[in-house]
Amino acid sequence: MSTTTTATRAEYCVIACAEAWRDNGEVLASPMGVIPSIGARLAKRTFSPDLLLTDGEAMIVGLDGAAEGWLPYRRHLAMVTGGKRHVMMGASQLDRFGNQNISCIGDWQQPARQLLGVRGAPVNTLNNPVSYWVPKHSTRVFVAKVDMISGVGYDSAAAAGPSATRYHRIPRVVSHLGVFDFATSDRAMRLASVHPGVTVEQVQEATGFPLVLPAEVPYTREPTAEELRLIRTVIDPDALRDREVPAA
Amino acid sequence: MTDKTMTPEEVVSRLRSGMTLGIGGWGSRRKPMALVRALLRSEITDLTVVSYGGPDVGLLAAAGRIRKLVAAFATLDSIPLEPHFRAARQRGAFELMEVDEAMFMWGLHAAANRLPFLPVRAGLGSDVMRVNPTLRTVTSPYADGEEFVAMPALRLDAALVHVNRADRLGNGQYLGPDPYFDDLFCEAADSAYVSCERLVDTFATAAPQTLLVKRHSVTGVVETPNGAHFTSCVPDYGRDEPFQKLYATTPWPQFAERFLHGDEKAYRSAVQTWHEEQGERK
Repeated sequence: MSTTTTATRAEYCVIACAEAWRDNGEVLASPMGVIPSIGARLAKRTFSPDLLLTDGEAMIVGLDGAAEGWLPYRRHLAMVTGGKRHVMMGASQLDRFGNQNISCIGDWQQPARQLLGVRGAPVNTLNNPVSYWVPKHSTRVFVAKVDMISGVGYDSAAAAGPSATRYHRIPRVVSHLGVFDFATSDRAMRLASVHPGVTVEQVQEATGFPLVLPAEVPYTREPTAEELRLIRTVIDPDALRDREVPAA
Repeated sequence: MTDKTMTPEEVVSRLRSGMTLGIGGWGSRRKPMALVRALLRSEITDLTVVSYGGPDVGLLAAAGRIRKLVAAFATLDSIPLEPHFRAARQRGAFELMEVDEAMFMWGLHAAANRLPFLPVRAGLGSDVMRVNPTLRTVTSPYADGEEFVAMPALRLDAALVHVNRADRLGNGQYLGPDPYFDDLFCEAADSAYVSCERLVDTFATAAPQTLLVKRHSVTGVVETPNGAHFTSCVPDYGRDEPFQKLYATTPWPQFAERFLHGDEKAYRSAVQTWHEEQGERK
């Protein structure tokens, strides 16, 4: 329970994001969003030191910000198709099989709300592992069916055939309520852990489709004292994480 | 050798309604904004615009000049959603060929290499295939037998790009960290127009890899200081964030009336006046 720890909800989210890059080896970690960025840097500082990070522009940089490589958009897109990358993207909508939408809401011909467009979600999902980060878990995001498949989910990849499934993988989804994966026989989304202070019922209620629920849902792991120190004093001293996920 | 320097108006005089027009840069970064503004002062319309979209798309969409857009996104970067692109889409103002960022890149490569298409894995399983029913797949003729999307060449009638430096012959140099795809846009186009912050006499001492655009792919060169404003053109200048915010939050007729009714000189002067007013309010 949350009374047994001093970690905030945002800090559990950081840990859950960081864990996405555990044992990834020498690949580019591409976090989108504040908490995934803190998570990627935490992973590199602790259990995944070989990760590569960018400055958000065209340079690959070390933890001190010093450049170690060049990655303009044209090279970045080539790195995606080479597979040596694990991205954590956002999602305006996400469904039971991991289809993601960042393009538009409503009918594509004349959308009710135009969003970003598909961007690189199609190339990402078919070529390198793609995880997702949802800072506000609700039935508006976790929907039965997305309006425009931008990031390809397991069912869509399977329907498209072996070229689509060959390198397709969605290791995890992290939200402000818990962690999800697709480790099920039919690749339907499973609740892998809840953050301390969150109940399984609360997660299901905020989700627009039935989640696969293990007999016992564990809690997201506790941060170590050293991890908390790194998050609070080294990586995110201005507590930007609390703006993305306010205290529960 | 041919001196290709011209004015923005001369560039626009070579464009026609109905053309397929590629625009370089990426999002709100190094966009050939002075050339886009010159285009807005003309009557040219009914364009097919091919762009890693930023305010170039927003301005042309708001002014009703786009018949069809080929894009993976439109964004202002620091402001994620391009408001005029959004509004135009939500009123069904133009046709859209929505493709993935990598599909777009390979479409430019195909065009530059005079190929009808290039195979890409991207797109399979996504709704890019649903909303582009003319996209076809191709099967590898080798033992793997894999199926790929045959991304069609994005051949352009004309391309507009903006770089940091150029010479009068049409060689263009970028000085920032990212070349974006400006060389490809020029090579994919029947005619390409390069605006630059400053014309130089020679690139004799330039770092070789900064020489991005080569003159054989360039029709015209325009010196337009601040020509990417309000997008970024590092290291010459960063994005004008306060002005971009104004662009994003001002109703279009009001913005156009204040900033786009005159020529480029009038634009620069109006922008300067606006900034001075902001300074007074602080």
